[in-house]
Amino acid sequence: MTAVENATAASAGPRAVTRLLWWRPDRAGTPVVLALVLVAGSLTFGGSFASGRNLGNIALDSSYLLLIATGMTFVILSGGIDLSVGSLLALSGVLTAYGSRWGTLAAVLLPLAVCGVIGLVNGLLIGRAGIAPFIVTLAALLFARGLAFAVADEGNTVHIIPADLALTQLGQARWLGLSAPVWFALAAFAAGVVVLNRTRFGQATFAVGDSQEAAELMGLPVARVRVLVYVLSALLTGIAGVLVAAQTQSGLPTIGEGRELEAIAAVVIGGTLLTGGAGTLGGTLAGVLLLKVIQNLINQVGTLTAYYQQVVSGTFLVVVVLIQSRLTRRRTR
Amino acid sequence: MTTPAIDVRSVSKHFAGVRALTGVCLDLRPGEVHALVGENGAGKSTLIKLVTGVYRPDGGEVRYLGEPVAFAHPRDAQAAGISTIYQEVNLVPMRSVAGNLYLGREPTNRLGLIDFRRMRRDARTILAGYGITVDVRRRLGELGLGVQQMIAVARALSTDARVVVMDEPTSSLEPREVDLLLDVVALLRRRQVAVLYVTHKLDEVFRICDRVTVLRDGRLVHTGPVAGTTRLRLVATMLGRDTDQIRRHGTTTFSDPAVSDQRGRTTGIPEATGTPVLRADGLTRRPVLDGVSLDVHAGEVVGLAGLLGSGRTETAKAVFGADRLDAGAISVDGARARRWNPAAAIRGGIGMVPEDRKAEGIIGDLSVRDNIVLAALPRLTTAGFVSRRRQDEIVDTFVRRLRVKVSSPGQRVRELSGGNQQKVLLARMLCLSPRVLILDEPTRGIDVGAKAEIQSLISELAALGLGVLLISSELEEVVEGAGRVLVLRDGAVVGMLRGDDVSEDHIMRVIAQASGDGRPPRAPAAPRGGL
Amino acid sequence: MADTLAARRARPDILGFLQAGGVYLAIAVLLAFNLAFTPHFATAANLRLQLVQVAPVAIVAIGMALVVASEGIDLSVGSTMAISAAVLPLYLGYGVWPAVAIALLAGAAVGAVNGSLVAFARMQPIIATLGTLVACRGLALVLADGRLTEMFDPVLGALGNDAVLGVPISVLLVLVVTGAAAVAVHRAAFGRRLLAVGGNHAAAALAGLPVKRTLVTVYVVSGVLAATAGVLSTARQGASDPSFVGLLIELSAITAVVVGGTPLSGGRVRIVGTLMGALLMQLITATVIQHDLPDSAARMLQAGIIIAAVYVQRGRSRA
Repeated sequence: MTAVENATAASAGPRAVTRLLWWRPDRAGTPVVLALVLVAGSLTFGGSFASGRNLGNIALDSSYLLLIATGMTFVILSGGIDLSVGSLLALSGVLTAYGSRWGTLAAVLLPLAVCGVIGLVNGLLIGRAGIAPFIVTLAALLFARGLAFAVADEGNTVHIIPADLALTQLGQARWLGLSAPVWFALAAFAAGVVVLNRTRFGQATFAVGDSQEAAELMGLPVARVRVLVYVLSALLTGIAGVLVAAQTQSGLPTIGEGRELEAIAAVVIGGTLLTGGAGTLGGTLAGVLLLKVIQNLINQVGTLTAYYQQVVSGTFLVVVVLIQSRLTRRRTR
Repeated sequence: MTTPAIDVRSVSKHFAGVRALTGVCLDLRPGEVHALVGENGAGKSTLIKLVTGVYRPDGGEVRYLGEPVAFAHPRDAQAAGISTIYQEVNLVPMRSVAGNLYLGREPTNRLGLIDFRRMRRDARTILAGYGITVDVRRRLGELGLGVQQMIAVARALSTDARVVVMDEPTSSLEPREVDLLLDVVALLRRRQVAVLYVTHKLDEVFRICDRVTVLRDGRLVHTGPVAGTTRLRLVATMLGRDTDQIRRHGTTTFSDPAVSDQRGRTTGIPEATGTPVLRADGLTRRPVLDGVSLDVHAGEVVGLAGLLGSGRTETAKAVFGADRLDAGAISVDGARARRWNPAAAIRGGIGMVPEDRKAEGIIGDLSVRDNIVLAALPRLTTAGFVSRRRQDEIVDTFVRRLRVKVSSPGQRVRELSGGNQQKVLLARMLCLSPRVLILDEPTRGIDVGAKAEIQSLISELAALGLGVLLISSELEEVVEGAGRVLVLRDGAVVGMLRGDDVSEDHIMRVIAQASGDGRPPRAPAAPRGGL
Repeated sequence: MADTLAARRARPDILGFLQAGGVYLAIAVLLAFNLAFTPHFATAANLRLQLVQVAPVAIVAIGMALVVASEGIDLSVGSTMAISAAVLPLYLGYGVWPAVAIALLAGAAVGAVNGSLVAFARMQPIIATLGTLVACRGLALVLADGRLTEMFDPVLGALGNDAVLGVPISVLLVLVVTGAAAVAVHRAAFGRRLLAVGGNHAAAALAGLPVKRTLVTVYVVSGVLAATAGVLSTARQGASDPSFVGLLIELSAITAVVVGGTPLSGGRVRIVGTLMGALLMQLITATVIQHDLPDSAARMLQAGIIIAAVYVQRGRSRA
C-alpha cells in the first residue's frame, strides 16, 4: 500500500484523489488534525480567522515553506537530510536582488544557477564521495550564509529590486485571489507529485531510502538519485528565495534561519519516515498547512505572545511523531 | 567443447597486502550448475565479487562468453547478463512486490510516466510462472522470507540472465521453500543458463549440482564432477584433512569418546532429576509464542528443534527476558522470578548467545577486551570505575581457553572472523560463570574448524555441570549435541524426545505429525506469503 | 586479519596521520601563521579572550560528543542555554547559587525530556531534540517575556569575568568538564556502557546493560552542560538574553565534535579531540577577524574545514 499504488489508484477514479494525497488511511492523522484545527479556528475566531484575507495570508506564508518542504521530502525519502535550505533561501533572495540590476532574467537565473551548483556539490559530496548528508549540508548551511553576507557586504548593503521590474510585478501579482507565490508553489508541488509517483527517478528515490544497499545491488543508479535530490531541494529553495525577494523587493542575508528545521518538521508531521523509503508529498502539504495554521491561530489569540508559536510547534512535532510511531507499531504487531 | 559462459583465468586478489585469492581458475558452462564450496575465508565471496563486477582482479582475467571483461560496477555485469542472488534478500521491503520486480525498468506510457497497471499485470504473469500467487501490490516486507527470495530470483531471471550466481540462497528458507528454489535452479539448467551455486550445505551440492569447485585459503584445491566424489571427501578437501581423521570424529564434534555412548550423545551425566536450574512455564507472546514450557537441569544439554519461524529464537529471547511477554513465568532454582529482563537473567546465572551475531551480539567498534567483559561490567566495577587488573585476567583466561585468534586484546572485534567473534560472545557469557547457557545457532555461518571447537566446548561445559539450551536449524547438531530435544511448531512445544528417541528422523516426524493429520508440515512463514 | 592490521600500521600512512592528528596539525599551522603574521596575537590578553569566547561552545560540544557517542544527537542545546539564561534572573532573588542551581536543574529537565523521548518513546534523537529545540526557545522567551534582562550581581559577574591564577574561571570550567568527561569515557563503567549502547543497541541490551538509563543519563548530562554554558554566557554579558543566547550553537558544537574526530555513527568518541575541534573553529574565526577579513569568509572557511575533516575520516571508516 505504497505510493506506487496510490498513483495508480489516482488514475483509477475519484476516490483515489484522497488516497493520492494521504499516504494511508491510518496515517491520515495530519489531515484530520488539520481539518479539526481549521474548524476550531473558524468557530473560535470567526471572521478574523476565516476571512479570505487571513486565509490568503496563510496560503502565502505556506507557499515558501511548501516549496522548500517539497524538495525536502525527496531528500528525506532518499534517506538523507538537507540542513542548508534556510541559508540557501537567504542566499537566493540576496542574489535575486543583486542580479535585478541586470533585469528580471538575471535576477531569476543568477540565484537558481548558484543554488543549483551548491545543491550539486552537496549531492556529489553525499552521493559520490559518501560523506554523511547531515555534515555536508551543515557545511553548506555555513557556506551559503557566508556567501549571502559576502554578497550583501556583510549585511551593510540591502540590495533593492526596482519597483518597475517585471519580477516585482510578478511577485506581487494576484490571480484568482491568491498571490503568485502560492500558484508557483502549487505548480511545483503538483510537478513533484508526478515525478515522485510516476517516474523511475521517483521510484528509485523511494528504493534508495528504503535500502541503499539493495538498491545498489538491484542495479539502480543510486549515486545519481542521491545527487539529484539535493539539486532538486536546492533549486526549489532557490525558487522560494526568488519569490520572497520579489515579494519584499529586497534581499536580506538574515532571513530563513531555522527554516530547515521547519521544513523537516513539516515533512515528518506529514508522515514521511525520517529514515527514508516511505512517505508522501500529500502528507507534506498537510504538514506545512498545519504548522502555518497553528502559527496563525496563536497570533489570533491576543493574550498569547508570539513566542507560544514555537512552544506549540515544537510540542506538536513531538506529539505527532509519538502518535505516528504508536500507530505504526500497533499495525505491525 | 562449448565456450564457457564464465572463464576465470588464474585470478589473484589482495586486500591491504593480504592475499584473498591466488591464481584461481574456474570455468562455468552454459546449462550446468556449478557448486562453489569452502570454509569461511576460503575466498568464495571474493571470487563471486570478481565475477559480478564488485571487485576487479589484481592478476589474471575474467572472460565472459569468451571475451575478457572488466565490469566497473555490478550494474554493468547485470546489464551484460550476469545476475546475482544473495544470501540475504536484497530487495526493498517497503516497496510493493511488483515495484520490486520492475524497479529500475518499470514499463512506461507514451508520456514517459510509469504504467502501473501493466506493471502489475506483467508481474502477476511472471510470478505465476514460478508458482507464486501473491497480491503484487503488497509490500514486499510483509511477505515471508521464502517468497521474498523467490521474487529476487524472478527479478534476476526476468533480465534474461545467461549467468546466475547464487550466494547461499537457501540459508534462510524453509525445507519446502528450498525444494521450490531448487526446482527453479533445475529449470535454469534446462534453459541453458550457467549457474554458480555457492553453499555451505553439502546436501544441496549432491542434489542439484553437476560439478563442484573447492577453495581453501584463497586457492583452488579441487574441481570435478559431483558424481565422482563423496560427501566425506568433499569435507576433507575443504578442511585440508585426511578422510580417515574425519571419519573417526564424525562431522560434528560434540562427542568425546570418554563421556559419550556409541551414537555420540553425551551421557556422562545421568538422567537429570531434581529441581531444574531454569524453568519456564507457559511463555506466551502473541502471535509468535503460545504457552511454551521447558526446563534445563545442571549438566544437561536440551535441544530446541523446529522449522524456521516455529518460535525457536523467540523462545530463547523470552527465556532470557529480552522480549516482553503476554503471559508466562520463569523460575530459577525453583523460585519464581519477579522482574525478568536480561540483566536479571544474568544475575540469576543465565547467559545467552544470540542468533544474529552482528546485529545483536558483537559491538564492532569496541575491542575484544571490552566485548568480552561487557556483561561482567557490574561485577568489575567499584564506585563507577572498572578494575583493569581483574578485567585483564578474565580476558587473558578466556582468549587462551577458547583459543580466540586476536593480535591483541585491544583489537577491534569487527576485524575478527565469524568464528572468532562467536568465541568472543561465548567468552562474554562464560566469564559470568553461568549455570545455564542459551545458545541460539551457535555455529551458524562460521568455518568448519571453529564449529568443531565450539561443539566440543559445549559437551565439555555440560560435563562440568553447565545446563545448555541448544538451538540449531541443523538437525544433526541438535541430535548429536543434546540429550533431550523439545520440538516446536507454530510457537508451541509439540513434542519431547529423550534418550534413544532423539534422531533426525524422529524430530521430523514429530514436526509433521503436529501439523494435524499427518500432512507434511505447513511452513509457518508461508501463509503470510501465500506461497 | 592481524597481519592486515600490522601491515597497515607499519606503513607510514599520511591519511592515517591526518585522521588521528589532523585537528592538532591544523591548530598548529594556524597558531604558527598567527604568531608570524598577526600583530598582537601572542598577547596574554588576546589568548585569554579567545579561550573565554570558546568556553560555552566547548562545554556544549563535550556534552554533544557524549550524545553522539550514544548514536544520538542533541539539537536542543542552544535552546537549553536560553532556558537556563531565562531562569537565572527569575530566581536571582534567592541568591546567586540557588539561581544557578535552578538553571542547571532546568537544563537537566530538558535533557530528561529528550532522553525519555529517545529511550522510552524510541523516537529518533534528531526529531525529539528538534522538537525541544523549537519548544524550549519559545518557552525561554515566554519566561523572559521576550526581553533582555540586565543583571548586576557581583558574584555572577565574577563567574563570567574573573580569573584564578591568571586563568579565567570559564576556562577552568572547560578544563574540568573535559577532564571529567575523558575520565568518565575511558575509565568509568559509564563510558563503557555508553560506547556499547552507541555501538550496538541490541547487543548492549542483551548483555544486560541498562540501555535506557544510559541514554537518559547522557541527554541529561548534555542538558546540564548546555545550561552551564548558558549561565556562563549570561554571566559574561551581565545580561540574560534568551532570544540570542546559544542561537545555532548546536551547529558549532556538532562541528567541533566532527572536526575533532568523533564519527556521527556512534560507538566511538574523542573528548580531547572535541575540545580541539572547538578551539580550531574559534581560531579560524579569530584569524579571519584579526586580518580584517569579513565574517562571511570565516563561515565559508569553516564549511571547508568541516568537509575536509569528514572526508579524511571517511577513509578510516571504510578501511
